[in-house]
Amino acid sequence: MASNTIKIRAQLNGDIATIKSLINHPMENGQRKDSKTGEIIAAHFIEEVVCDFNGNTILTAQWSGGVSKNPYLAFNVQGAKTGDAVALKWKDNKGDSDSIEVKVTG
Amino acid sequence: MTQVTRKRRIFLKSTLATSLVGIAAGSGLLKSTETLAEWPARLFDAKDIKSASGDDEGTTSTDIIIKAPDIAENGAVVPVTVETSLPNVESISIFVKGNLHPLSAVFILGPGVQPNISTRIKLTRTSEIVTVIKSGDKRFTTAREVKVASGSCTG
Repeated sequence: MASNTIKIRAQLNGDIATIKSLINHPMENGQRKDSKTGEIIAAHFIEEVVCDFNGNTILTAQWSGGVSKNPYLAFNVQGAKTGDAVALKWKDNKGDSDSIEVKVTG
Repeated sequence: MTQVTRKRRIFLKSTLATSLVGIAAGSGLLKSTETLAEWPARLFDAKDIKSASGDDEGTTSTDIIIKAPDIAENGAVVPVTVETSLPNVESISIFVKGNLHPLSAVFILGPGVQPNISTRIKLTRTSEIVTVIKSGDKRFTTAREVKVASGSCTG
């Protein structure tokens, strides 16, 4: 499954998979002003990121506009092996979403 | 085609269609895209850590480590890692005391995920980063100050 907004890697080290992901997203918190027009830029941020491991949800992240632009998320999963399926999906406050699925590589 | 066979066909078609929908719904194929945990607007909109943590900031623990730079060059992108040796970690929340809305992120951990999460957050100004970790039915907290060399304008 291809994704235009998510880059993800799931690297195995022993029986632990390190999952690192980068999402392209403006993460506007609704407080910034446009430097040209002086108008407040509407809030536009990812509210939820869900990671499924072999079909089971293992991590749910709930975010605000306090998370940096183009968010980075990394974590470790124990009991992993090469070929395990890692799926990541996000949903923002405007209802946009995207998802990706990769395999754990050795 | 006789009247009887035509009726029989329609009957078969409609029963087959209904039973397929029934099976799909029953097996969870038609489950909604919504996840169980709802985005906690009340906590994210709060303006102090006490209310942003649902009035339970937890007890201070030395078993939690917040990794972050002492001085952040750019307040808009501050790398932070929260890790703990506490058992049965259910969730990790990250707050920035100096931000208008302190709660930045909540991570709900499922089976197999180690209590060691890295992300990047915004700091409007020099501030304490605070984490609250739910371990079993108790909450624990720790804080770490990060100086911001140039702010992210608004965070």
